[in-house]
Amino acid sequence: MEKSKLGLDFQKVKHAKKLASTIAEDVQNFVNKYTTVTVERTLCRLIGIDGVDANDIPLPNVVVNEIQEKGLLHQGILYFLGNAVIETGKTPQSIAEEIAIGNLDITQLKINDLDKIKQAIAPYIDNSIQHIKQNVARRNEYLKTLGEGSKPYVYVIVATGNIYEDVIQAQAAARQGADVIAVIRTTGQSLLDYVPFGATTEGFGGTFATQENFRIMRKALDEVGEEVGRYIRLCNYCSGLCMPEIAAMGALERLDVMLNDALYGILFRDINPQRTIIDQYFSRIINGFAGVIINTGEDNYLTTADAFEEAHTVLASDLINEQLALLAGMPEELMGLGHAFEMDPQLENGFLYELAQAQMTREIFPKATLKYMPPTKFKTGNIFRGEIQDALFNEIAIWTGQGIQLLGMITEAIHTPFMSDRYLAIENAKYIFGNMKNIGDEVEFKEGGIIRKRAEKVLNDTVVLLEDIVEEGLFNALEKGLFANIKRSKNGGKGLAGVVAKDENYFNPFISKMKER
Amino acid sequence: MSGGLYSMDQKDFDQTLDLTSVKPYGDTMNDGKTQVSFTLPVPCGDEAIEAAKQLMKKMGFENPQIVYYKELTKGFTFFNCYGSTVHTVDFTTIHVPKVESTVMDMNETDDFIREHIGRKIVVLGASTGTDAHTVGIDAIMNMKGYAGHYGIERYEMFEALNLGSQVPNEEFIAKAIEMKADVLLVSQTVTQKDVHIKNLTELVEMLEAEGLRDKVILACGGPRITHELAQELGYDAGFGMNSYADDVASYIAQELDRRLNK
Repeated sequence: MEKSKLGLDFQKVKHAKKLASTIAEDVQNFVNKYTTVTVERTLCRLIGIDGVDANDIPLPNVVVNEIQEKGLLHQGILYFLGNAVIETGKTPQSIAEEIAIGNLDITQLKINDLDKIKQAIAPYIDNSIQHIKQNVARRNEYLKTLGEGSKPYVYVIVATGNIYEDVIQAQAAARQGADVIAVIRTTGQSLLDYVPFGATTEGFGGTFATQENFRIMRKALDEVGEEVGRYIRLCNYCSGLCMPEIAAMGALERLDVMLNDALYGILFRDINPQRTIIDQYFSRIINGFAGVIINTGEDNYLTTADAFEEAHTVLASDLINEQLALLAGMPEELMGLGHAFEMDPQLENGFLYELAQAQMTREIFPKATLKYMPPTKFKTGNIFRGEIQDALFNEIAIWTGQGIQLLGMITEAIHTPFMSDRYLAIENAKYIFGNMKNIGDEVEFKEGGIIRKRAEKVLNDTVVLLEDIVEEGLFNALEKGLFANIKRSKNGGKGLAGVVAKDENYFNPFISKMKER
Repeated sequence: MSGGLYSMDQKDFDQTLDLTSVKPYGDTMNDGKTQVSFTLPVPCGDEAIEAAKQLMKKMGFENPQIVYYKELTKGFTFFNCYGSTVHTVDFTTIHVPKVESTVMDMNETDDFIREHIGRKIVVLGASTGTDAHTVGIDAIMNMKGYAGHYGIERYEMFEALNLGSQVPNEEFIAKAIEMKADVLLVSQTVTQKDVHIKNLTELVEMLEAEGLRDKVILACGGPRITHELAQELGYDAGFGMNSYADDVASYIAQELDRRLNK
């Protein structure tokens, strides 16, 4: 390991990772026993079921609801669909369409031998595995021929609420130097237990994540990428009640980055902890297989809790998220672990503390594509000070080698960004990233100084917190409000009814196929 | 040398302050100097600059200067401009409805409640509807508060519960009944397509239907909320940007006193 510029005690880091791994394995033992309605709908999507019925209900929901209402979901959707393929001779899509119009009840068919069922569904599984592999190859080909922006990748959002207007804004941002375009979802989508269908031109603070919208934006970014000679990454959100379904859609449409964090959903969307932790596992398997960088949401803790006092909760959560991602087979390079520049601007030496924490995070996760989040909480509407806040944030990013830089906007807290806000933000970042490019190679931090002491303290506090969580288990820790000062009970929140214990016949071959790579 | 920026030629106007016709102040009284920036959906070039100038004139600016322009993407040009506005306002006739209360600090408010109410005031807060932002309600309610102003949870004489974000109005009202809340605080941050108005209106209508509207102090807050807007929507008070827990807590204490001790 490279020498620490902070004098970090790497033995202590190792200990912290061991603790986090114990916590993650405990969670994983729980996860392995269950499936959920969205995991099952994901399987439907992966074997080619798409579209909606006469009432605009997505066919994956139609099929899964049917089995769940009969109380048979514990056997798994592939069991019934595989059997139906044998008995009807139809494709899963045709079977779903038949179910939707009430022509077919797949629970009433003659049941075949389990091995035969698995064989019948295997071609559909291999088909989607191949499709996703081709997407990965296509991305790698683009990265080879077009290249990409240097890190930190410049990440900006588009949020017009209309996918076609988003395309204009996204292409403009790419021409101005953005490397990652995140298409903001409409507020409230995370609480929908289905994924809407088709292109959408409505929403509040963003528009729906739909497969068609993914396709439209992918095409637009490939076009502009070829124009500017740089691969432009597309980001969306697989969080909320449809985590793995959106991961599957993203894998099928070659998204590159996904927000993907159960802890975020639990704390900030009040999604049931059991449900979303189970969902997260499969979504991360898919993301890992599809080469999608995940972003975790630790930065949000600091919008409710104090950024200075609660810094150790961010690091603890990053460590747990890292271990959970490893268990889902994700390579470290795809881990966009989150942290943020959110201290009160009035705090004396705040910049030094932020610098210490960013450098510490870099050294603790050396291979991760860290996601660094901008100041938001103390953006006041004074856009002129906002520009300076964003500049300080950008300085730390280039200094400490962050992976993905979500650019701050001067008009944060006023409106969703204007085209010109985004231009000013990119100009700010590019100026600083160029002007201070190698500062991190030149500067080490003084022994016993403010910066080293700060990093040491955050790491120490993190170890204490992780030891507590090991003792309690993650679910109890959440009940006690250890993250973001928010308390969430294991049986509270939205979506618990969608959790089902797996039967012995249950099978999901994607898990092993995708984890093998 | 025409000396544009440093020219004294323009300063032959009346430089005395007249509150019946106030205009912006750059560095001289009544110079009307204003900075403006905008993007026009036209390609960059002399025509674009001329278009920006003409637009500035239509907006009421004399001597518009386009000091910076840049094509953001094909067909969209960004401008920074300065000009002297011809318009004025009569400051002497302005009336803005405001929350009528004296702002007290935490200890003063607690003392006021002990003396005038004699029991804890029950406050229920939430960011309602689909709004996922807790920053506003947290700033007012959470123990820590915001920018040095402690939140309502820290006050001894308030019993406060913050339900957080995305709370449906039905759930909010049910909780209010359960807690016998004296005060309901609603935060709205997302304002795209006026979603906040619809949501705030719905809450008032539901409270009226339940016969609860007159039994509670109902206040809303958020970056785009004003007291005037709040009153139009049927709220008792509205708190906009730069309001803190002190403002809200003092108002609640004094308003409840007014209602209970008529």
